[in-house]
Amino acid sequence: MSRLLVIAFQPSDAVASAGFAASLGLPWDLLCLTGASDLDLGNEKIISANLDLIPPADGLATGLAKAIDGYSHIACVSSMQSKDFLARLAGTSDLAMVTDVVGIDSPTTFKRPIVAGSIIATVEVLSSPVAMTFRPAGFPKPARSGVSVQESITLETPSKATIVSRSVRGGARPDLSQAKVIVSGGRPLKDAETFERVIGGLADKLGGAIGATRAAVDSGIAPNEIQVGQTGKIVAPDLYIAAGISGSTQHMAGIKDSKIIVAINKDPDAPIFELADYGLVADLYDAIPAIQNEIA
Amino acid sequence: MKVLVPIKRVVDPYTKVRPLADGSGVDTSGAKFEINPFDEIAVEEAVRIREKIGDVEITVVSIGKSECEEQLRKALAMGADKAILIESDAEFDSLSIAKELAALATELQPELILMGKQATDDDCNQVGQMLAAKLNRPQATFASKVEVSTSGVTVTRETDDGDETLSLPFPCLVTADLRLNEPRYIGLPGIIKARSKPLERRTPATTPVVKVRVVRVEAPPAREAGRKVSSVSELVSILKDRGAL
Repeated sequence: MSRLLVIAFQPSDAVASAGFAASLGLPWDLLCLTGASDLDLGNEKIISANLDLIPPADGLATGLAKAIDGYSHIACVSSMQSKDFLARLAGTSDLAMVTDVVGIDSPTTFKRPIVAGSIIATVEVLSSPVAMTFRPAGFPKPARSGVSVQESITLETPSKATIVSRSVRGGARPDLSQAKVIVSGGRPLKDAETFERVIGGLADKLGGAIGATRAAVDSGIAPNEIQVGQTGKIVAPDLYIAAGISGSTQHMAGIKDSKIIVAINKDPDAPIFELADYGLVADLYDAIPAIQNEIA
Repeated sequence: MKVLVPIKRVVDPYTKVRPLADGSGVDTSGAKFEINPFDEIAVEEAVRIREKIGDVEITVVSIGKSECEEQLRKALAMGADKAILIESDAEFDSLSIAKELAALATELQPELILMGKQATDDDCNQVGQMLAAKLNRPQATFASKVEVSTSGVTVTRETDDGDETLSLPFPCLVTADLRLNEPRYIGLPGIIKARSKPLERRTPATTPVVKVRVVRVEAPPAREAGRKVSSVSELVSILKDRGAL
């Protein structure tokens, strides 16, 4: 029997999963690892694990090996955390796995980007069950419906690894991978303080997240977890504002699914203007304050 | 201490690749091939560990066609001690690669397995975790810093919203992310020295059972060409009209 289990690390993952589950078209249950969730997303069951802390991947995979019994599809929103865990679970339970699903042709045939998004591959899964991570942007949210049955589950998650420390940055801004608006900056932002003031200032005004190029991260202007691109986060907001970003191939690979891309750059020949919907040739230090004034 | 570094031969990530006209695969004709950049970082890290603590033997392994020798020789030139080429024309997927590597690791018993977080051709990000699972080893993926002690490693790893430090006892597995190090430049002496280092060719220990197969590839939908706007007020009014602000 075909049935989907979505494993959510936090409630925001659960919300982002509804469109994917509807597109797959199978009956589905939601397993929330943290945060009791009473969301009504069209799923049949909500299973709460009520973990205080996400354990290391080996422990989590051991803990969930039994919970996936009876499911043909086990899926998570794509993230570093979900890839760390789900591929481990696929190894533990000998599952086929498909990473970064962006389209569904049938319950066993999926589309995913390869070679940094320069090619879309259609992959066929030849065994069941299958583990998969998916990018929510490709799967619009359906109208919510149905009444979920609440259950809880206790997980034993023995790990050989010890967590020494964890640091979480970001504060009040929305998560990059799920933000509607992203303001992103590159090397011309000079230093961390300027980056935060200029890029962070506009992002806060728009209720958005901040992003950065690899060059900005490598030069210490921006923290690594906000790097956007092939080697960082793949994003798909409604509005992506790129300020002082020339548009390297690896950066563009991470933003091309955005609905609207705006580029602000002094250099009229910057490659980003080829991909941007709207390009403004201007100094970002003039343009960004002007945008803030204009929308005030 | 023994360190095993699995490496993959991939099309040069700086080459623009396109689908073949019939959609049956990626057109790599004329393209250069390299060590997967994240695997190269893993090789570099293994060499740095040896430079720091001394008694370390580094084995690099690749599974694939005969041409993988080129990438294994490069890893030897970077400082790896010996190479194993598991020669096969067969089709593998992530899980079957992990099983083949698990068979090798069971034989060699390396305390540490270091490899890239993902390959830049298929972008799967699976083999490291699957291999760690098959060997029942703890794992630290997305490593940005690795410190080795006599009993294990302490790894700082990047997370979605910051970072995390994990302590893993040997035997364990670590996957390398971009910021772990910058691989060294290989000079001519290294290349010459690598020619005389041992490279063993073997046949696979397992028969791959493929569970995931690419059936078609295509170019992604192209974005429509955009346009330049002349002022901030024009930009803001367009964005307002489109409901983006």
